[in-house]
Amino acid sequence: MAIFDEMHGLPGPDLPEAVRPAYRRVARWVAEAPPDLLDARRRQAELFFRRIGITFAVYGQADSTERLIPFDIIPRILSRSEWAELERGLVQRVEALNAFLADLYGPREILKAGVIPEDLIFQNPHFRLEMIGVQPPSGVYVHVAGIDLVRTGTDGFYVLEDNLRTPSGVSYMLENREMMMRLFPDMFMEHHVQPVEVYPDALRAVLRSVAPEGVNDPCVAVLTPGPYNSAYYEHSFLADKIGVELVEASDLFVRDEQVFMRTTQGAKRVDVVYRRTDDDFIDPLSFRPDSALGVPGLMSAYRAGSVTLANAVGTGVADDKAVYTYVPDIVRFYKGQEPILKNVPTFRCREPDDLAQVLDRLPELVVKEVNGSGGYGMLVGPKATLAEIEAFRARLVADPDGYIAQPTLALSTCPTLVEEGVAPRHVDLRPFVLTGAHGSEVIPGGLTRVALTAGSLVVNSSQGGGTKDTWVLDE
Amino acid sequence: MRIRVAHTTRYLYDAPVRWMLQALRMTPQPHEGQHLVAWRLETDADVRLRAEHDVFGNIVHMLQVERAPHELAVQVEGEVETFDTAGVVRGAVERLPPRLYLRETGLTAAAPEIRAFAQDATREAGPDLLSRLHLLMIAIRREVAFAPGVTDTKTTAAQALALRRGVCQDMAHLFIAAARSLGAPARYVSGHLVRTDTEAQQAAHAWAEAHIPDLGWVAFDPANGVCATEGHLRVAIGLDYAASAPVRGAVYGGGTERLSVSLRVADAAKVRSQAQAQSQA
Repeated sequence: MAIFDEMHGLPGPDLPEAVRPAYRRVARWVAEAPPDLLDARRRQAELFFRRIGITFAVYGQADSTERLIPFDIIPRILSRSEWAELERGLVQRVEALNAFLADLYGPREILKAGVIPEDLIFQNPHFRLEMIGVQPPSGVYVHVAGIDLVRTGTDGFYVLEDNLRTPSGVSYMLENREMMMRLFPDMFMEHHVQPVEVYPDALRAVLRSVAPEGVNDPCVAVLTPGPYNSAYYEHSFLADKIGVELVEASDLFVRDEQVFMRTTQGAKRVDVVYRRTDDDFIDPLSFRPDSALGVPGLMSAYRAGSVTLANAVGTGVADDKAVYTYVPDIVRFYKGQEPILKNVPTFRCREPDDLAQVLDRLPELVVKEVNGSGGYGMLVGPKATLAEIEAFRARLVADPDGYIAQPTLALSTCPTLVEEGVAPRHVDLRPFVLTGAHGSEVIPGGLTRVALTAGSLVVNSSQGGGTKDTWVLDE
Repeated sequence: MRIRVAHTTRYLYDAPVRWMLQALRMTPQPHEGQHLVAWRLETDADVRLRAEHDVFGNIVHMLQVERAPHELAVQVEGEVETFDTAGVVRGAVERLPPRLYLRETGLTAAAPEIRAFAQDATREAGPDLLSRLHLLMIAIRREVAFAPGVTDTKTTAAQALALRRGVCQDMAHLFIAAARSLGAPARYVSGHLVRTDTEAQQAAHAWAEAHIPDLGWVAFDPANGVCATEGHLRVAIGLDYAASAPVRGAVYGGGTERLSVSLRVADAAKVRSQAQAQSQA
């Protein structure tokens, strides 16, 4: 399987050291810099990150609750034309997914047209009945989306996963850029790198644009589940950058179907809640009754239209891994256009023919739980032991509806500084798409995640992946 | 039948309540088998009370209290005229397509044991869904003994089946899970039942409804092994108990909460004739 390298392209017999134009200067720098200088910069970066305290909690590991996500100093670079295509594809996809959600919680035309099996939606726990008939301000459901892309072989980019609930990682995008500018100011003189620093302003503008009707100067707050959440750092970071309050559920209360925040100056009305708490925990009166992270009555206020939740409740039905397989159809249905971004060809294990094929080819496939996330509970066939494969086979047979399977993708690599020097490591890309009352926009850049173990395809930070700064060139 | 309901929920706190919000699903809606003559929901404290509809079409009273004393009572009083429809529920508020009621919930997950139970119980009925559901209802009544105190509001259908004991709520959950596994959309009903064999009822009742093609929703009461009669007063519906519970709430402050519920459900005609008999005596 030919592996595409972000710096060198596909390996060619004649030009093993060919460099793609966007990487010209960086490649030269990597080649010419003395190894100990690179290592010194890497250690410097780590020290800065420790000082800032940017951490990430890894569930299921006993040794530490929080740790640093490794940062790699060699940037991942996209040319302007590559980005332009991605940007169009991302906007098209997110617009279609927003239209899909408005339809599902409204007239359900797509089900009537038979494009998606009704059961796949009706049986989906993330299809929140409480949202039926609710019209979020400006019709926006997904205000912040993180779309995971991978590049394979010569075929270009594929969407691996849509993250439409409470996607995280944008703080790394911003911190990584800040770090790079601090470590390598010269490189930013030599390149026209499009700014990602506009993100907080863009997010603030989006949140303000979707305030309930009649609210001119909305009060926005970031709702976090609290310090034990894996992304707490990001929640506080964003609240700080946007310049709004960071609140936990106990800071909010509902009176007369309106949401208020307790402040030292008394109760203050809240109009827009950028919530990073999952649906299940947002309101114990509507969802999990045992949730201490929720605000009792929040759904009542939301249904009454007095507060905007971003993202809306119930977006998870559109990024479900089983629904994912229908996204190209969703794009065609709502946009009347061919999808610009491709889906990874995916087996629907709920369909008997697909299941039979998957069971036949388990050692070469990646099998994912429909409702899993973050690389937990998946099978990477080529890397699994025989025993692991057999254990997974049993799970698949017992609950085929719960799984999808994909071919093992030859993810592109990007030169990365590791123990033994600079070596290719597999990467993905999560750009962030913001949608407000005035449409969707993509911040030029994103989070590049890198699998630090040689040959590994698992880039999730929960599984020990690292990150890189992602440059979109404006030249 | 004229059913009269008098229902008081009294909350006693050992410290003042700072804030309290409750969602009350205690107000019935009419359908062809029941007609509301009068219905009233009141409290004895300074509260905010607002009615809304939930996604199932139930009337939900959101009751909000700030700085309440140590005691609060919610009183429901009403009279409903009911008619025997052989369990068929027509003309009710329907906000969701029937197939949505095939959705499993935690309380009604169709464990393999439930699927097997449903198959075994209904084998003799052939393909007719209505007959199968009747047999299912009878089987639950036969196999699950009525036993208060063994289960609670978090007991799942599978747990109740394993115990072979439970209350009306458990039997309704088991019926719902099993009916869905047979392909019939099914839902939970919370309400009241006037029994003809005793003077008055002291507990709320629960049963289930299943959707049958060409017939619509039919109410099955597995705890009594009958389709709903004119003694059944339907108050709220949902995917399971959790979605249709009469009270769901959150309280800050208040310390320990003690709850006392008094409920009286009776055939209004009998109550009147008794009252007349007493005054004559």
